[in-house]
Amino acid sequence: MILTVEDFLHIDLPALMAAVLAAVSCGLLGNFLVLRRQALIGDAISHLVLPGIVVGFLIAGEVLTVAMMAGALGAALVGVLLIEAIRRLGGIESGAAMGVVFTVMFAAGVVLLEQTGSAAVHLDVEHALYGALETTLWLTPTGWESLADPAVWATLPREVTTLAAVTAIVVAAIVLFYKELKIVAFDPDLATSLGFSARTVSAGLVVLVAMAAVAAFDAVGSILVIAMFICPASTARMLTDRLSRQLLLSVLAATLAGIGGYVLAAFGPFWFGGENSLNAAGMIAVVAGALQTLAMLLAPRYGVLPRMFRRWRIRATG
Amino acid sequence: MTLAEVFDVLLFRAGFNTAVVLAGAAMLGAGAGLIGVFVLLRRRALVSDAISHATLPGVALGFLAAVGLGLDGRNLPILLVGAASTGILGILAVQWIRDRTRLPEDAAIGTVLSVFFGAGIVLLSHIQTLAVGGQAGLDTFLIGQAAAMSRADALLIGGAAALVVLIALAAFKEFALVCFDPDFAGAGGWRVGRIDLVMLALLLAVVVIGLKTVGLILIIALVIVPPVAARFWTERLNRMALAAALFGAASGYLGAAASALLPRLPAGGVIVLVAGALFVVSLLFAPARGVLAGAVRRLRFRMAIARRQGLLAVAGGEAIADPIARLVLRRNGLIDRQDRPTESGRTAAAAARREQRLWRRYRADYPTDAIADREWSLAPIDAVLPADLVAELERRVAAS
Repeated sequence: MILTVEDFLHIDLPALMAAVLAAVSCGLLGNFLVLRRQALIGDAISHLVLPGIVVGFLIAGEVLTVAMMAGALGAALVGVLLIEAIRRLGGIESGAAMGVVFTVMFAAGVVLLEQTGSAAVHLDVEHALYGALETTLWLTPTGWESLADPAVWATLPREVTTLAAVTAIVVAAIVLFYKELKIVAFDPDLATSLGFSARTVSAGLVVLVAMAAVAAFDAVGSILVIAMFICPASTARMLTDRLSRQLLLSVLAATLAGIGGYVLAAFGPFWFGGENSLNAAGMIAVVAGALQTLAMLLAPRYGVLPRMFRRWRIRATG
Repeated sequence: MTLAEVFDVLLFRAGFNTAVVLAGAAMLGAGAGLIGVFVLLRRRALVSDAISHATLPGVALGFLAAVGLGLDGRNLPILLVGAASTGILGILAVQWIRDRTRLPEDAAIGTVLSVFFGAGIVLLSHIQTLAVGGQAGLDTFLIGQAAAMSRADALLIGGAAALVVLIALAAFKEFALVCFDPDFAGAGGWRVGRIDLVMLALLLAVVVIGLKTVGLILIIALVIVPPVAARFWTERLNRMALAAALFGAASGYLGAAASALLPRLPAGGVIVLVAGALFVVSLLFAPARGVLAGAVRRLRFRMAIARRQGLLAVAGGEAIADPIARLVLRRNGLIDRQDRPTESGRTAAAAARREQRLWRRYRADYPTDAIADREWSLAPIDAVLPADLVAELERRVAAS
């Protein structure tokens, strides 16, 4: 296969941008979810937004980002409130309460999709799961030099601009509220005694998570959203004890997974004599998992193998 | 669709095939609800999410293996064996991450479900490009499809589900023990690890046999939703298990029937929505822990407090400050329209004052007993404490 510059700019560059932006925005927020043992909130939210997106789509009558985003955020809000209500009223553990809410809401989304025929237009269950990374096209650039032209950048695909905006919001929120997020992640009681509400910070975090999940959901699908909420942050968590370093490492892991996964899926098969590319969202999740596995095995301080080696050496010398 | 058609399907008269599919779905729901009760009580609800997603690469590998052996790629037994193998790998991966690294269980579950599912999607996208038939059938594993099920498949699913129900019933006592007090079970010589393993194996079995009907994304709903709904109805384990199995069976049966009757209704989605509707009804109306029952209980409690405060005020010759107390006393005919106590009101007020004095004495003299007894001070003291103790308290009150 010969890769032309045009093909790369039209097909691969926008997909790469969408993948990396989605990975970075979700990966950054994932740090706080993993530290607070709320990793599965990302899982729940990425499922329960589906009915909201479908309703937004039905009301708008077309694929309109604003309507679908509003529907999704509404659904996320309803879902989180329902989870809390079930947990309190029924004395049910939060995991099970989450399981009830997100599966039933996802089922409602699936039935709505199939019944209304939205499936025929643009939305379908596969799209919701895998996203549409491969169909994110950017047809205006004509060559490398055209990338210097601001007018070309103005025609970026909708998914990429949405993701860029969400990533900017996430980064800004983390920079502005770094101290608050850090204290709430490690010691919510301290936050309360310092005079700011841990609950407000948590609620803000949930809103950010919902926003990032929805923006990424459209481009890369819910499975990759879950992988990105959890894997880069877990990878970074294996490597360091400092939150600032963990955030940077998670961005690095997310970027590596985004680029590596896309390249492997798009070009990998051709290196081995195949003729068709593989699903990029799935491959990115696999690469993120591979990076995390490496970190779990080899991290110098907390990795399984170095710890085994240290124990073995102590026994050998003692 | 006429009403007669609806009844034909619901009463298993719409052909043998539909009947088998419906019975299979109902049996699957019963098995999932039953095993789900123990999974819920053991706080493993979301592990099932990791297991179900982890089956996808196995389904894809099963397809590739079947094609490699020269069989039809949709050969259900081979696909299910593949699904079970990667499902087991998923369980092991969750346990390894949880036990061997510093990452908590929720991160382990999230990692396994997304990475295994991602691998499954990659394999599926590879399968789509192969020059063999039957790939389209694999999509049904995502959100399920009861209508397209063959008789043999439905029999396999229903039979396996019935087996799961039987094993779960046989191991009922052991499961209950491990759920409520694993330490006691261990000290009593039970092998907690082995019992947990059987539980996980049954969970895996339910997930795997549910793939075809409900689909792997929604099968965990059948494991989680009916038990949580059943939890609102009772505090007793055997009743909860029965209710969960019934809710699950009803969901499977009604969902599969709706999907057979109406076009474009995905079975998995409808089954889960039926379960969700049963859950909402339970949440609101269940007598044991439902929202409505709870509100009624709180209201009764509030009125009992108001009545006592009002009577104490009457006994002390004070005005009744609380409007609810005034309302309650008036409705019971204890005070008249000018808030003057009636004959029965005076008797009740004297009784209330006696109660209060006795309870106060009891609380002062036997503080630990008073704290241990949840009913103190609101229930009639003669009904709670033995007569000789009440007489003793009366003497002390009179002496002071």
